[in-house]
Amino acid sequence: MQSQNARQDIILSALFSVAVLTMPIWLQPIGAAYPDLMQKFAIFGLFAIGFNILFGFTGYLSFGHAAFLGVGSYTAVWSFKLLTMNVIPAVIFGTLMAGIFAALIGFISLRRSGIYFSILTLAFAQMSYNLAYSVLTPITNGETGLQLRQQDPRVIDQALGVVPEAGLPVTNLFGFEMQGYTGFYFCAILLIIGFIIALRIARSPFGMMLSAIKSNQNRLNYIGVNTRPYTLAAFVISGMYAGLAGSLMAVTDPLAGAERMQWTASGEVVLMTILGGAGTLLGPVLGAAIIKYFENIFSSFHEAALLSAFDFLPDWLAEPVASVLGLFVGEGWHLTLGAVFMLIVIFMPGGVIEGLNKLVSLVRRRPDDTAPAAVQQPHSAE
Amino acid sequence: MDAILLQILNGLDKGGAYALIALGLTLIFGTLGVVNFAHGALFMLGAFCAVSLQQLLTLSKRIKDESVTFFDAYKEVPYLKIWFGDFGDTIIDYSVPLAIILAIPVMLLIGLAMERGLIRFFYKRSHAEQILVTFGLAIVLQEIIKAIFGANPIPQPPPDVVAGSADIGLLFGLGQGVVYPWWRLVYLAFSLVVIGLVFAFLQFTTFGMVVRAGMQDRETVGLLGINIERRFTIVFGIAAVVAGLAGVMYTPILPPDYHMGMDFLVLSFVVVVVGGMGSLPGAVTAGFLLGILQSFASMTEVKAIIPGIDQIIIYLVAVVILLVRPRGLLGRKGVMES
Amino acid sequence: MSILQVKGVHKNFAGLRALNDVNLTVEEGSVHAIIGPNGAGKSTLLNCFVGRLEPDTGSVDFNGTSLLGLAPHEINQAGVCRVFQTPEIFGDLTLVENVMIPTLATRDGAFKLNGWDRVDHQAEITEKAEHLLEDVNLIDKKDMKADFLSRGDKRRLELAMCLVQDPKLLLLDEPTAGMSRGDTNDTIDLLKRIGERGITKIVIEHDMHVVFSLAHRISVMAQGTIIAEGAPEEIKGDQRVRDAYLGGAHL
Repeated sequence: MQSQNARQDIILSALFSVAVLTMPIWLQPIGAAYPDLMQKFAIFGLFAIGFNILFGFTGYLSFGHAAFLGVGSYTAVWSFKLLTMNVIPAVIFGTLMAGIFAALIGFISLRRSGIYFSILTLAFAQMSYNLAYSVLTPITNGETGLQLRQQDPRVIDQALGVVPEAGLPVTNLFGFEMQGYTGFYFCAILLIIGFIIALRIARSPFGMMLSAIKSNQNRLNYIGVNTRPYTLAAFVISGMYAGLAGSLMAVTDPLAGAERMQWTASGEVVLMTILGGAGTLLGPVLGAAIIKYFENIFSSFHEAALLSAFDFLPDWLAEPVASVLGLFVGEGWHLTLGAVFMLIVIFMPGGVIEGLNKLVSLVRRRPDDTAPAAVQQPHSAE
Repeated sequence: MDAILLQILNGLDKGGAYALIALGLTLIFGTLGVVNFAHGALFMLGAFCAVSLQQLLTLSKRIKDESVTFFDAYKEVPYLKIWFGDFGDTIIDYSVPLAIILAIPVMLLIGLAMERGLIRFFYKRSHAEQILVTFGLAIVLQEIIKAIFGANPIPQPPPDVVAGSADIGLLFGLGQGVVYPWWRLVYLAFSLVVIGLVFAFLQFTTFGMVVRAGMQDRETVGLLGINIERRFTIVFGIAAVVAGLAGVMYTPILPPDYHMGMDFLVLSFVVVVVGGMGSLPGAVTAGFLLGILQSFASMTEVKAIIPGIDQIIIYLVAVVILLVRPRGLLGRKGVMES
Repeated sequence: MSILQVKGVHKNFAGLRALNDVNLTVEEGSVHAIIGPNGAGKSTLLNCFVGRLEPDTGSVDFNGTSLLGLAPHEINQAGVCRVFQTPEIFGDLTLVENVMIPTLATRDGAFKLNGWDRVDHQAEITEKAEHLLEDVNLIDKKDMKADFLSRGDKRRLELAMCLVQDPKLLLLDEPTAGMSRGDTNDTIDLLKRIGERGITKIVIEHDMHVVFSLAHRISVMAQGTIIAEGAPEEIKGDQRVRDAYLGGAHL
C-alpha cells in the first residue's frame, strides 16, 4: 500500500511533466500556445507553488512575497551585467539571494503569527519597494528599471572571449538563446523540478510537521517539536521559489523594475494560490495559469471588439452591454481580478481543485453508496 | 526651533489622516473582530465624494464670450453662476467643505451596505479570509473609481479664505517668515474635532458604552441579551464616515487618485499595530506620532545622515514595536499579542 | 528513586497567589494524583512542569536536571509529555497522522530538515502509530479527520499521542472529565495497562473513583499549596483533607 502511494506520485509527476512539456500542442485550441504566455504560466506557477509551501502547507499568510520576486529579478540582471549572459549563474544567484533575504525577513516576521505576521511581511515588502525607488537606485536604477547595456563588463563572457555583437546581448544557456520555445522549455523544466520538490516536501516528515503547524502549532511544541526552524525553513524555501521565478522573469526579459515588488503583486500570488486551491499540489499551478491566461485575453480586449462581439444584439442594447463589460476588460482587468478574488474567497475558499474533487466524489457516489474513507461522514463514538 | 515646529506641524496633518483611518480600523477590529483591508478604499471614496461634488457644482454651459469682440469665442460658465451670480461662485469655492454634507450620508450608506452585504458573512471566518476578501473589495472599489474618474489625480482647491499660508511664526512668537498652509491647519483642527466627536460619542452615550464593553469582552456583552450585532453594523457605518471625512478634507492637500486608499491603508495598519490593536487612544496617539516622525525623517539634515530613512521609518517603527512590545504602545496586556 | 522534585515553587498573577511554596516529590514508576478544589492551582502547577509558565521562585528538577528556563519542546524531548484538559490535537489531520507526528518528534528530535524522505516509506513510524491507536481502541477510525471525533475519543487520541513517545513522565490533566461512566472505566483500564510499562504519571482528577483506583500516592492542594500528602488510605482518613476539600463527605 505504501509503495502504491509512491507509485501514484510518480505517475502524477510524469503526467504533470508531460502536460507541461506538451503545452505547445494542447494549448493550441484555446489560443495560448505561444512561448511568451506559456513562459508566464511556468514562471508564475513556480511562484505560486513556492507561496503555497508557506501559505497552503504551513498556514502563514505572507503579504510580502513579491519582494523576493524582485530580489530574484535584480540579482539575475546583475549577474547578466557583471558575469555572463549564461542563465545558469543568474538563476542560481537569484534563487540564493532571495533565500538570504527570506531568511532575514523570515527570522523577524516569524516571531509573530496570524495577522501580525501578514502585516510584518507587508511592512518589509513596502520597505524594500520604497528603498528600491529611493536610496537603492544605484542598484535598482529606480523608476527606469535595471537594464542591460552593451558596455556592461560581463567578466566571464569576456574571459571566455565571447565576442560582443552589435546591439544588446541575449541571455543564453551555453549558447542556446533564451528566446521563443527555448526560453519556454527552460522555464518548463524548472517548473517540473519545482513541482516535484514541492510534492516530495508534502509527502515528507518535514511536510507533515508543516501541516501540523497549520493545524495546531501549540500542540506541536508540547510534543517536542521546535516550530520556529520549521516555519523559517518553509519561509526560506518559498522565498527561494519566488526568487527563482523572479530570475526567470529576467531570463526571458532581462529587465527588472521595482513595480514587481509592490504589494499588489504579492496579492496576485495569493489569489493564484487560493483560486487553484491552497494546500493542494496542482492548485497553485492551475491558479497561476488560469489568471495569466485570462489576463492575456481580458487585457487585449477593448470596447470596439466587444461591440462587434455583441453585433447580434439591437443597437440600443449592444452599446450598454458592451460598455458595462468594457469595465472589466482591457485596462479594467484589475477590476475583474478583484471581483474574482472576492467571489473565490466567498464561495469557493477551497479553490478550483476542491471544487473538482467535490464534483468527482459526487459523480462517484451516485453508482454505489459506499463512500470512500476520505469523505466518510463524521460520526461520534458510541 | 522654527524648523522643528514646522516639521511637527507638517507631521500633524498627515498624522490626522492616519489617526482618522486608524481609528476606524481599530473600531472595526475591536468590535467586529474583522481585519478590514478595504478601509483605505473608504478614505479614497470620501475623497471622491469631494471630487463628485465639485464636478457637479461646476457643471457648465457653453456661452459666447462677450469680452472677445473680434471673433466668436465661447467660454464655459457654471450653471450656478448663471443662476445665482456671485453667490454661485461662493458655493463652488466652498465645494470641499460642502462635500462633508454629501459625504456623511453617502459614506454611511456605503459602510452599512458593505457590512450587511459582505463583512457580516466573515465574522466567523479566519483573519486570512477576512484580509483576502476585503483586499479584493478594495481592488474592486478603486478600479471602479478609476473607470469613472480616470487614473490621473484631480486637484481640489480649498476655499479662497484659507487658500494661502498662515504666518505661524508670529502666531507662536517666533518671528516672521515661518509660513504654513492655512488648509493644513484647518485639516488638523478638523481631525481633532472628529476624533473628539467619536470619543465623546463612545464615552457619553449608552450606545457607545455598549460598544466599548463589546470591545472589552464581546461574549459577556452578548450574554446580557444586548443585540450587539446590530450595533456593530452601525459602528461599521461610523467608521466608514470617519474615514470618508478624512478623505474629503484631505483632497486640497493631496489631489485624489484611485490608488490613494491603498497607500494610506498600509500605513494606517501600521499605525494601528503600533498604537495597539483594539485601543482607540492608541490609534490616535500613534497616528500623530508616526506622522510627526515621518516628517522629521524627511528633513534634509536627517536624510543626510541616514539616506532613505523617510521611506521606511514608519515600517521600521512597526517592526521594532511588534518585536519588542507586541501589544503596541497603548494596547492592553494579553489582547491579540500572539 | 524520585523522578520529579519540586521545591518551594511560588507563582503570582498580578498580586494573586496562584502557587504558594509548593513542594512535591514524585517517585519513579508511580502514579501520583493531585486533587483539590477548583482554583487550587493544580493546572498552574502542571504548567510550570511543561514550560508554559515559569515559577517566580523555587526549583523543578526532572531526573536531576532543572526544567526551569527550558522551552516546551525541550522539556518534551527530555521525556515529559502532557495531556491537556481540553483536547489539543491536530484537527485537520487524520488520526494516524496525529499519532505519527509525536513519533517523528521523538525519533528526529526538535527539528530535522528531511524534506526529501517519504513518510510512507518509514513503515516503523506508521506501524508504531497504528499500534498505539489499537491500544486506545481507535484503530478503525484511523483515516478519519481528528476534528470529527467525539470529545472522549479526542482525549484518548491525545493520550495515544503522548504514549507513543514512551515518555518518562506523563502528565494527565483531568483525563476523564466529560466522559461517560463506560468511557471512564475504559480509560482507567487503559491507564492501568500502561502503568505496567513503568511510565511515571501525575494525574489531576476530580473523579475520586478514578483517583483511588489508580493512584499510589495522593497530594491534596488547596489555595495554591499542598496541604496533605500520602497513600490513598491515609488521605481518605485525613481530617484536614476532609475539612478543606471534601467537606466531610464520605469517601
